[in-house]
Amino acid sequence: MVCENWTEKLDAYLDGELPAAEARALDEHLRGCASCAAESLSRVQQKRALQAAGQRFTPDPTFRARIQQSVAARQSVRWSRLWFPALATAAVLLIAALFPITLNRRSRGEQLLLSELADLHVATLASANPVDVVSTDRHTVKPWFAGKIPFTFNLPELQDSAFTLVGGKVSYLNQSPGAELIFRVRQHQISVFIFQERALGNIQVDDAVQSALSFNVRNWSHNGLAYFVIGDASPQDLDKLGELIKAAG
Amino acid sequence: MPLFERLYNFACWLTQDRHEAEDLVQETFAKALKGFSSFQPGTNFRAWIYKILRNTFLTSRTGLKAAGTEPLDLEGDEENLPQVNETPESILLQRSDWQLVQQALEQLPVAHREVLLLCEVEEMSYQEIAGTLAVPMGTVMSRLSRARSALRDAVRKLQQKPQGAASGD
Repeated sequence: MVCENWTEKLDAYLDGELPAAEARALDEHLRGCASCAAESLSRVQQKRALQAAGQRFTPDPTFRARIQQSVAARQSVRWSRLWFPALATAAVLLIAALFPITLNRRSRGEQLLLSELADLHVATLASANPVDVVSTDRHTVKPWFAGKIPFTFNLPELQDSAFTLVGGKVSYLNQSPGAELIFRVRQHQISVFIFQERALGNIQVDDAVQSALSFNVRNWSHNGLAYFVIGDASPQDLDKLGELIKAAG
Repeated sequence: MPLFERLYNFACWLTQDRHEAEDLVQETFAKALKGFSSFQPGTNFRAWIYKILRNTFLTSRTGLKAAGTEPLDLEGDEENLPQVNETPESILLQRSDWQLVQQALEQLPVAHREVLLLCEVEEMSYQEIAGTLAVPMGTVMSRLSRARSALRDAVRKLQQKPQGAASGD
């Protein structure tokens, strides 16, 4: 078959709409034909670019609330008047279409936040200079941050624990500066991130041990600061370190 | 993205105005509630609600205006599909080119814009798109193909514009 006949089917193939047998045949052709393969790559790129570019507009929260209210109000008025099974289903479906919004938004925001923190942690591990202030002494590390970040925090006394402080550096989340402290427990490195809560935007993170991309995470908020402990150490270790930091206030 | 946000995004792309998009979404939900009896259980709920939104748009002032100013021969016969002659390298689009793609998409006629959004952003199957637009599958395929090459052309034109004419990165 000449290439022209194949390129005609390329869109359906890339959209996953080509019947299996034809898709296999086209697959075979693409392996051997450089020009069709390049054309296919170009179309995939366009699809991806459009996918990203098309998700452009987000409703503002007041509009969301207005719609939620109007659907809920309509539902209660109609229900009180007379009961239509179809209407009930409609309301349920529409509410179902609306309600996951906050849940999904939260979990999606949470996911993004945790993977961002995991990235920061990995970048630190991979760096030749993981910390900017190298010191096991909390009385050196804490003052180093003065003037570099817009808040202050206390570091725990680690004398009788398995943890050692490696050092710290300034980190950024959503363009807000914060502290990243590196601790070591046995062979594991743990990052502790401290940001102002407002750097998180309206993302709420459940106060529990979570795993982000195979790392364990422990997080809490205190006095307007959000704390994240992240690393490949066991959840128990993260809990212990978390307790020590909490105790330091 | 949950359905409400997706509908809003789609409405914004159709109307190209946030206030109109809000009105459109609100009216869509009201109509969906009111006309739920026309929804047949077992059929596609998503296609059904997009269809309401789209029909509401088409009968709105902006929709009628768009329909009035756009060329009617978007379909043409299927034999006459545009040929792809350019070297693929010249039109490789990166995800980072999204601003360019957004500008190009804005310039397309509504019929092309909507079919691209339903396919790529909403990730609807051809059958769902056919249901939403109330056209046969064959039309969906030919319209998509035309829309894609129109988008490619629009992107290329924007790329060829002197620097500074397009918005920065």
